[in-house]
Amino acid sequence: MINVAWLVPLLPFIAFAINGLFGRAYLKKTTGLVANAGVLGALVVTVLLFLAQGGHPEPETVTLWTWAASGDLTVNLDLRVDALTLVMLLVVTSVSFMVHVYSIGYMAHDPGFWRFFTYLPLFVFAMIMLVMANNLLVLFVFWEAVGLCSYLLIGFWFERRSASAAAVKAFLTNRIGDVGFLIGLILVWHVFGTLDYDEIFAQAPAVASAMPGMLTIICLTLFVGAMGKSAQFPLHVWLPDAMEGPTPVSALIHAATMVTAGVYMVARFNPLYVFSADAMIVVALVGAFTALFAATIGLAQNDIKRVLAYSTVSQLGLMFMALGVGAFTAAIFHLATHAFFKGLLFLGSGSVIHGTDEEQDMQRMGGLFGKMRVTGTTYIIGGLALSGIIPLAGFWSKDELLGATLLAGGAGYLLFAMGALASLLTAVYTFRMIFLTFFGSTRMEADRFSHVHESPAVMTIPLLILAVGALFAGFVGVPPEHGLIHDYLHDTFLAAEAAGLMHAPSTAFVVTLMAISTVIAVFGILIAFSIYLRKRPAPETIGGAAPFIHALLVNKYYLDDLYDLVVAGGTRSIGWLLAWFDLNVVDGLVNLVGVVVSLAGNGLRRFQTGRLENYAFSVALGTALVLAFYIFMVR
Amino acid sequence: MESLPILSLVLWLPLAAAVIVILLQDRRAMFGVAVLGAALSLLLSVAVWAAFEPGAGMQFQESFAWLPALGIQYALGVDGISLLMVLLNTFLFFLCIIYAWATVNDRVKEYLVTMLLLEVGITGVFLALDFVLFYVFWELMLIPMYVLIGVWGGERRVYATIKFVLYTLFGSLLMLVAILALYFVHGNSTGTYTFDILQLTQGTYGEVFQLWAFVAFFLAFAIKVPMVPFHTWLPDAHVEAPTTGSVILAGILLKMGGYGFIRFSLPLFPDASQLAQTAVLTLSVIAIIYGALVALMQTDLKKLIAYSSVSHMGFVTLGIFSFTQQGLDGAMMQMFSHGLVTGALFLCVGQLYERTHDRLIANLGGLAHRWPVFAALFLYFSLASIGLPGLSGFVGEFMALVGAFATGVRVFGVLAVFGIILSAAYMLWMYWRVMLGSLKEAHRRLEDLSVLETAVLVALALVVIWAGVQPQAFIQIFTADTSGVMQAVNAAQVAGLVPK
Repeated sequence: MINVAWLVPLLPFIAFAINGLFGRAYLKKTTGLVANAGVLGALVVTVLLFLAQGGHPEPETVTLWTWAASGDLTVNLDLRVDALTLVMLLVVTSVSFMVHVYSIGYMAHDPGFWRFFTYLPLFVFAMIMLVMANNLLVLFVFWEAVGLCSYLLIGFWFERRSASAAAVKAFLTNRIGDVGFLIGLILVWHVFGTLDYDEIFAQAPAVASAMPGMLTIICLTLFVGAMGKSAQFPLHVWLPDAMEGPTPVSALIHAATMVTAGVYMVARFNPLYVFSADAMIVVALVGAFTALFAATIGLAQNDIKRVLAYSTVSQLGLMFMALGVGAFTAAIFHLATHAFFKGLLFLGSGSVIHGTDEEQDMQRMGGLFGKMRVTGTTYIIGGLALSGIIPLAGFWSKDELLGATLLAGGAGYLLFAMGALASLLTAVYTFRMIFLTFFGSTRMEADRFSHVHESPAVMTIPLLILAVGALFAGFVGVPPEHGLIHDYLHDTFLAAEAAGLMHAPSTAFVVTLMAISTVIAVFGILIAFSIYLRKRPAPETIGGAAPFIHALLVNKYYLDDLYDLVVAGGTRSIGWLLAWFDLNVVDGLVNLVGVVVSLAGNGLRRFQTGRLENYAFSVALGTALVLAFYIFMVR
Repeated sequence: MESLPILSLVLWLPLAAAVIVILLQDRRAMFGVAVLGAALSLLLSVAVWAAFEPGAGMQFQESFAWLPALGIQYALGVDGISLLMVLLNTFLFFLCIIYAWATVNDRVKEYLVTMLLLEVGITGVFLALDFVLFYVFWELMLIPMYVLIGVWGGERRVYATIKFVLYTLFGSLLMLVAILALYFVHGNSTGTYTFDILQLTQGTYGEVFQLWAFVAFFLAFAIKVPMVPFHTWLPDAHVEAPTTGSVILAGILLKMGGYGFIRFSLPLFPDASQLAQTAVLTLSVIAIIYGALVALMQTDLKKLIAYSSVSHMGFVTLGIFSFTQQGLDGAMMQMFSHGLVTGALFLCVGQLYERTHDRLIANLGGLAHRWPVFAALFLYFSLASIGLPGLSGFVGEFMALVGAFATGVRVFGVLAVFGIILSAAYMLWMYWRVMLGSLKEAHRRLEDLSVLETAVLVALALVVIWAGVQPQAFIQIFTADTSGVMQAVNAAQVAGLVPK
């Protein structure tokens, strides 16, 4: 079956190639079907592959060709199929297909339809290759490729200044992360002498004992790359701005798949990370802090997509927190459930935007449920899953990763506190969003409200399917710690078990934790209900009670402004200074030499008849002198 | 194949075409002959590639005595290092002449003769195996370049050409002196007075002599590359040069510097190279960062790309002076890629200028609305220039960085990596301001690329992706030969940065 694995990336790539070459002139609207066919093909092959590989797939690889061989550096373009890859492939191809179907409706009236359906399968291709990579370099190649697709799709409506700005910001912020990734990658090669996963992992214990400091540096530099791609503090700033892209893009790339690449990478490199306690605690703390930090911002945003964006940053933070305590399975489990319910929420927000004629400000919505029952219902399901209400998908995975922090002990208690608080805030902002959007009396103008409509079936059916995922996907992880997914990924994360990072919780622990999680989520929903629906206390009075904190949250802690001023402004100022220096000092000196020489030439002119002879004479004389110097003085 | 002087054909066919062009009057006929000459030269160099045996040293050698009394011969040959450069050269000239067919209407005959002579000069530099022959070509190529910028150039072309010619001449005269000194020193110690490059490379030279000669060669090559702080002729020359002039300048002329380091500096003067390693690596890292920062603030498109060249060529010298296999191979790939990508970018800017008559970034904007084909290709080459993996630009940068990290001092590598943020910053910011946003009223009626213009860019684009997806196809041409260079320079008596 491994021999047909290349079909998975190839089919979306063919769709991309067909649409890219013929989309504008010939295919036009047909590009939507071509893209859907390609992605559906990838999904089908993935499912077949999954079934064929059985319950405990051994890692298999197939070499396509040698990318580069220089001295002792050999990099092959390999494809890898193992349990972790298959889990990722299932998530990526299924959510991708839902988003592709939905986009036919969402993008129907866009003049860039063909362009959209060229970029989108290209992304799917690159994302598939990313998770099928078998060495760090190929991973990096497609890490960049998905970043490119993200750039193209964020800036899709390129006549908008804000879209282009957001696209460039995303690319550059990711590049900062990439510097870390690239340094880590090159260090891996110098330390391990290879870039292939299995060869690296095999040497990990030896390297860990021989040079533990270097291993930590490698883990941390790679993690910097993950922080860029998965929008972790302080490199998170690009993701909320990325909402400038069409909403299906936000659902697919900026919620369900690409942004989880960082989580995937750390999980994939678990055999390295488990040997560096320092790196692990950094991963956990960055994750937990980001989870809490982004959740607070999410409380105060009014743009429906931005709330979801900060929510995504926050949820990714929880996944890193889990990775950092060695709960790799829990992180991947949450990655998978999150892909379904966050994809659902984003597509739902798109349906709202579509049905309200491009309204994104929740302060100008309200009472939409009656007009959009399918969207509203599925949105609430997604919201319940995100908040962690039993037995929806988000509950099981979030519960498990919170439990893992407690089991880790030590700093784990702090992590648990941060994670639990983030979960509480998650429930608050999620239901703030739901109440502001769908319930209460509408704040729309009457004539606009009368035009609000439910989206067409091509959009609502994907919502329904994803809602089924959000309802039931969690059961792959039930019972906690012993579900299907735990069994399936067991061998992938053996290193964590060997390192003593796996803890078997008692039944009492599991049940108590489930109760605590539920209380947290319900409490959060009640807070939102009280403030945003019953207006007791009214939202304004809360903001008014602490205007400073309110301003801080609304302005995202002023981090974007700080970056603009210091990083962008600073770089430009240095560039400006150097450009001046180059023109006036470096080039000035060159011209000064020219002037001096020509003045000297003028002085000598009376001894010469013309410039050519002058020139030839001095060349000959000079050559002779220097030559004499070489021959007689230098041996 | 043994009997056919195939390298001479590659070298002189453009000259034959030039002679015929002189005799013709009709524009179409002149272009036809020129294209044919360039095409045959390209085809023959591809044939050389097909018959080439990687790792078998100098091949297709031709030599006969020219001035035997002085040890001067007409000697040609290719190894992997020169073959890649010759391929790049004949490919770019072929495309440039085709492109000119669509765009050049002013003094066509003179233009074509100049271009064809330029091709002869540059090909000669890469093929020559005799120092005198090499030097003749090295200087010969200056004249058509001078004419190209001086006649078909922009407003300040006189200033730019004089600066370009004097600057490079200064460097090459020092090199000439060093060549002569090499001839005498080698002759004195062995009794064989020869300009044969292969023979001279076999010799060993005293450390003090190496240092002096290294410095002289270094200046010639550093000016050509150009390395900071010898780079200021480049922006001026690019701004004033006509489009095809810029393509050749950035695409191949700069590569003569990197080629010189690999072919001559390292094997001839290993001790001096080792002693200079820290200094050259420092200059390389400065070039990468400094060039990028200066590029960021340029207002003229051509200047921006000129400074980006300074930055990208920094990776070439970084790789070469890491004295590692990956570094040298990376430098080769970076030169190859930079030739294609920057050549293509200058073509793009030329097409932009021909339509809008403007190169100032501030005066442009929103052009993607009108020109989807151009927008896609321009973005493609911009991304290749940024070093997006999958396209050619990444390969060289990556391998040069791997080499730089292998030196004992990792700070060079770490600093150079930061260049990849800056290159993305200036390119994407430029693309945003020129192509995206709202369209200027004056540009509303302009036409997208013609079929011919598109074809030239697509040809470049295909090689760019080929070299990005399967760089091994190109690396295997030269890696055995760069390995020889690496061994030669690491056989030095003096220890460099790389821990042995």
